Amino acid sequence: MTEHALATVGVSLGYGKRSISSDLTVSIPAGSFTAIVGPNASGKSTLLRALARLLAPSTGTVLLDGRDLTAFGTKELARSLGLLPQTSIAPEGIRVADLVARGRFPHQKTFDRWSSLDEAAVAAAMNATGITNLSGRHVDELSGGQRQRVWVAMVLAQQTDVLLLDEPTTFLDIAHQISALELFQDLNAREGHTLVAVLHDLNQAARYASHIIAMSDGQVVASGAPREVITVEIVERVFGIRCRIIDDPESGTPMVIPLARVAD
Amino acid sequence: MPPVGDRSVSAPVVPPPVDFGRRGYVVRARRVAASARLDRRAIVIVAALIVVLLVVSVATLAIGTYQLTVGEVVSALFGQGESRVRLIVVEWRLPRLLLAIGCGIALAISGAIFQSITRNPLGSPDVIGLDAGAYTGALVVMLVIGSGSYSLIAAGSVIGGLATAAVVYLLAYRGGVEGFRLIIVGIGVGALLASFNTYFLLIVDVNQAIVAASWGAGSLNALGWDQLGPFSLVLLALLPFVVALAPGLSQGELGDDAAQALGSNVERTRLFSTIVAVALTALVTAAAGPISFIALVAPQLAKRMTGLPGLGLVASAAVGATLLATADFIAQRIALPVGLVTVSAGGCYLIWLLVREYRRS
Repeated sequence: MTEHALATVGVSLGYGKRSISSDLTVSIPAGSFTAIVGPNASGKSTLLRALARLLAPSTGTVLLDGRDLTAFGTKELARSLGLLPQTSIAPEGIRVADLVARGRFPHQKTFDRWSSLDEAAVAAAMNATGITNLSGRHVDELSGGQRQRVWVAMVLAQQTDVLLLDEPTTFLDIAHQISALELFQDLNAREGHTLVAVLHDLNQAARYASHIIAMSDGQVVASGAPREVITVEIVERVFGIRCRIIDDPESGTPMVIPLARVAD
Repeated sequence: MPPVGDRSVSAPVVPPPVDFGRRGYVVRARRVAASARLDRRAIVIVAALIVVLLVVSVATLAIGTYQLTVGEVVSALFGQGESRVRLIVVEWRLPRLLLAIGCGIALAISGAIFQSITRNPLGSPDVIGLDAGAYTGALVVMLVIGSGSYSLIAAGSVIGGLATAAVVYLLAYRGGVEGFRLIIVGIGVGALLASFNTYFLLIVDVNQAIVAASWGAGSLNALGWDQLGPFSLVLLALLPFVVALAPGLSQGELGDDAAQALGSNVERTRLFSTIVAVALTALVTAAAGPISFIALVAPQLAKRMTGLPGLGLVASAAVGATLLATADFIAQRIALPVGLVTVSAGGCYLIWLLVREYRRS
């Protein structure tokens, strides 16, 4: 067992000539629920794309269980690492179980399209996300929160140790945000998945994640347990706002309260 | 009391069957590691289409200048009956019918692949200019090189189709290719090539132009076993690639990032699928000239009939074969090239589709 599920070593990331991060080194502890936080355009999603091998670093390496990501075959990688992209397209007219079953692709062979293992994985994924009763419904007719659960179920059906989630709560209302985060926490605690999620809400990150990486300008400013990262100094350095930190009265985790009239 | 201890843990876990919201069958052959989920409605639709196709086929073989009875047709197919009837059925009418079916299958699959790649019902090889390009390639062989050889014309049409696909792809490329831009660029390139083709026909010798132009209308007239042989060989050679590429193509419909993360090599699948789809279209163009709209209509019609998302290659192929065999049956009755029949029927569909897509965006 390696200590880190996923790590980058001195990677430079960017799109074309536009550089986002240079010499970036981060590590995701195995078995953690890691939240990546930071202001807009701080390189959070770019880092996640590099971790998922959707973006090739111009220098440096990304390691999964100590092995260079480029050494994995396409399907082989998809059996170890799953990604929920920010935006996905549900093919017109597709039903829930059919979409979840798409997560089985890396396990299937050309003529082996629906084995009993596939069926068990799809049933388990729908059960874990609480969508078994929606199984036969059209994805188009579901609410945003239900749809997000379907996508999560698809990634779960992939049966990977590591799950990367790119802004999984952005388009959800507060109730669905909480239910999604609780789902992730359960998946992490009960099923032992290593989770990496890009999150916008600092208080939610502090409340649900076990490890936080705070990014600014493409660099890691701080990483560690929520209490080590969510401090007055680091929040000001990363987001440029002055705040108080109090204990969340419900969970006891650090909670950011911005000062009145921060702009002055 | 349920059994306790190790035994219950190691007992095989039988998962509850997953409800897909539709009736279907699961087929599993563990020894050869093959399994599939078959949709009941899709099976019924494909079976019904095959019945229609059989009826059209018998009608095609029976009706003509020499009217034959169904009994005569059937016995001729089994090598019995009058030799004159056998000649008409087996030597003249059958190869044309089989070509119509084969072309319908090839066009429908090609259309389904392109619509999947572009994620758009308009993304069909005839709309994005590949038919025009394949025709240009064939014209160059016929008029510039001056050859009437079937295999040379076929090669010219394949090269023309591939070159057009490459040009359309490059012109539409902006750090990746987006479906709708590809279609708009393709329509432009297709229009350009179509006018070039017309110009080409105007500047050459009249007799050559007549031969080339009648071929350009898309006709199965005067095609026999000589053309069916190589056509079938190439079609059968391409189908295994289609089968191998299909699962990856379906994944691509989830968006590039999701498909990649799910273990589909998106760019490679897209490139190989494009080549196979162009080859299928060019194969038809080489044999019969450009036959429009089957590739556009068949996959969409199949989707509507089965109510299933995604590629639906088998249903598309069944629709394509039935449509083209029917169109050719009609074409023979009114003595027009089949390409004209499909153009006039498909044109109405295209207008409807354009209006619908415009309203949606």
